[in-house]
Amino acid sequence: MELMEQISESLQKGDAPAVDRLTRDALEQGTAPGQILDDGLLVGMAVIGQKFKAHEVFLPHVLLAAKAMYAGLDILGPLMEGDERLSRGKVVIGTVQGDIHDIGKNLVGIMLRGAGYEVIDLGKDVAPARFIDVAIEEDAQFVGLSTLLTTTRPVMKQVIELARERGIYDKVRILVGGAPLNRAYAEEIGAHAYCFDGMNAVDCVNGFMNRS
Amino acid sequence: MRPRIEFLDQQLLERIVSEARDLLCNLGIEIHNNGILELLSDHGARVESNTMRVFYTQELIDRSLETAPSGFHLYDVAGKPAVDLSGFNVQFTPGSAAIHILDHDSTESRTPTSADYVRYTRLVSGLDHLASQSTAFIPGDVHEKISDSYRLFLSLLHCPKPVVTGAFTVEAFEVMKDLLVAVRGSEAELAAKPLAMFSCCPTSPLKWSDVTSQNLVDCARHSIPVEIISMPMSGFIAPVTLVGTLVQHTVETLSGLIISQLVNPGTPVLYGGSPAYFDVRYETTPMGAPETQMIDCAYNEIGKYLGIPTQAYIGLSDSKLLDTQAGLESSMGATLAALAGINNISGPGMMDFESCYSHEKLVIDNEICGMTLRLTRGIEEREDFPARPRFEELLREQHLLISDHTMRYLDQEVAYPGPVIDRANRARWQEEGKRTMGQRAHQIVEQTVAAHEPVSHAGDVRKELIQRMRAEAATYGMDRLPEID
Repeated sequence: MELMEQISESLQKGDAPAVDRLTRDALEQGTAPGQILDDGLLVGMAVIGQKFKAHEVFLPHVLLAAKAMYAGLDILGPLMEGDERLSRGKVVIGTVQGDIHDIGKNLVGIMLRGAGYEVIDLGKDVAPARFIDVAIEEDAQFVGLSTLLTTTRPVMKQVIELARERGIYDKVRILVGGAPLNRAYAEEIGAHAYCFDGMNAVDCVNGFMNRS
Repeated sequence: MRPRIEFLDQQLLERIVSEARDLLCNLGIEIHNNGILELLSDHGARVESNTMRVFYTQELIDRSLETAPSGFHLYDVAGKPAVDLSGFNVQFTPGSAAIHILDHDSTESRTPTSADYVRYTRLVSGLDHLASQSTAFIPGDVHEKISDSYRLFLSLLHCPKPVVTGAFTVEAFEVMKDLLVAVRGSEAELAAKPLAMFSCCPTSPLKWSDVTSQNLVDCARHSIPVEIISMPMSGFIAPVTLVGTLVQHTVETLSGLIISQLVNPGTPVLYGGSPAYFDVRYETTPMGAPETQMIDCAYNEIGKYLGIPTQAYIGLSDSKLLDTQAGLESSMGATLAALAGINNISGPGMMDFESCYSHEKLVIDNEICGMTLRLTRGIEEREDFPARPRFEELLREQHLLISDHTMRYLDQEVAYPGPVIDRANRARWQEEGKRTMGQRAHQIVEQTVAAHEPVSHAGDVRKELIQRMRAEAATYGMDRLPEID
């Protein structure tokens, strides 16, 4: 089996040590880091994503694959500093102010990272202004807002209004997700997308990136 | 611990059996078959020839209970063990002998064809929670004299699973037995590795017809397993009380079991039935009623007490469509049956008082069976103690989604249903087409039938099956075999 294919297969199995070893082997053989990322790691993550959607693998397998992806990125990262391919995009995420539930948000972070995005996780109980400040500072393409409570849903609207006031609403895509939300509510508050689960968040971000 | 459900306490159970024995010995059973009357007379039973009534003896009852096996296996077409009918093992098989099929497109009930039957055999082949097949419905496009054997013929051609079946006439039994022998190679091999089981039904109250009792004898002669299907109807041709119905069921079932054991001691028998309470509002026999289901579970307890494996027609519905009633009655019955430990649970795919079969319902019921099988596995300890290290890990990692413990036990703890059961969140369900359960089930029917691979029969078995069926059909003027020619 060709080395890139082996990396992809090992990543799909969630075998982090194998991804680590094979990535080093590929570098030793003179394969460019960018090629290992594109043809090995990201191909494997794309396959596992499709399998998840087809109910062939489940969430733990996706997370293990993401963990294996990090094993490869840990090696490739220092060699690719400044290379745009290292990050497919930058996403600022957090649970909005007043809510400390972060399990869903953490899942989204893991899956976005696994899909090749740089994730800046602001944690939980995050004030509206902080989302906007960090998005501007980091020149992020996306802001992801999470909440589990109906009572903190209005905070999402505040973040979006602030994005408008600070002039980044048309540049930064604002994604929302969490149990008390639905597509209609997301549209009502002006979010650019509603994500119904972690994998769907990756799909949404990929969709915007492909369109841009 | 295997979870169990019981409806009878020991004292009540023993009283039911004792009263049934009294009826068998002192009230007697009417058997319209001279050969069997002679056989019973030869073994010490008193026979009133003018009324064809037989009075069993306690000794006959005891002897038969001793020789009847406490369990047996059914084997697939290739001869591999497929079903273990013993102890608290449970297996599901589709209901049998419906005369209608629910047409998915028109939602009308219509007469099924051989093409429907072939589709059924391909479908049941691919449904994992149904360990055996049954001759589920009667194709309307063959001569009625071969409508029983033709079902078995198509089943043996297209599905590798063992078959629960039955003969409608004395003559048909021979034809069906020969089809089974054609697959196994010899009568001895068929006896050693049963491929099919025949339902034999007494006629309530307390009677056996010539045909069904002869079928019982013929099965026993060839060591072919039988399931005795007593059908008392509470409040009509049985006492209105569940206890009274159970007494009658015990009498009718034991009367058949004794015949089988006298013909051939050791004949595998299932202590089965299809009783129902009689609905005096509609003059119907609801199979999905809790009263019916309690009778089933309770006679299963009696069968277990007597040391005989059990069967019941349960896990089906009286609804006319794939609606909520169809789901609730089928799942209540299947759950009770599995927890009660009924060994052969017949019913999936059936509705409308077991007169109508549906492919889509079979797919849905297959999921119900999977869920109930999970229930029977119960709650087990899996490296859960001491608990502290696991919780330390949880607090450290914030989740256990990819912990070694999770990956080790996820598949054992959780039995994932197929896509016919919707467990997606609303948005994902919408994204995937907002399909109803019926639409999802229909898609699985199409996919499973399309994915079916032909059964690989040894040598000339396929040719021989077709030759035998062709010869039998020809005697009734049929020169073309549907779905063959």
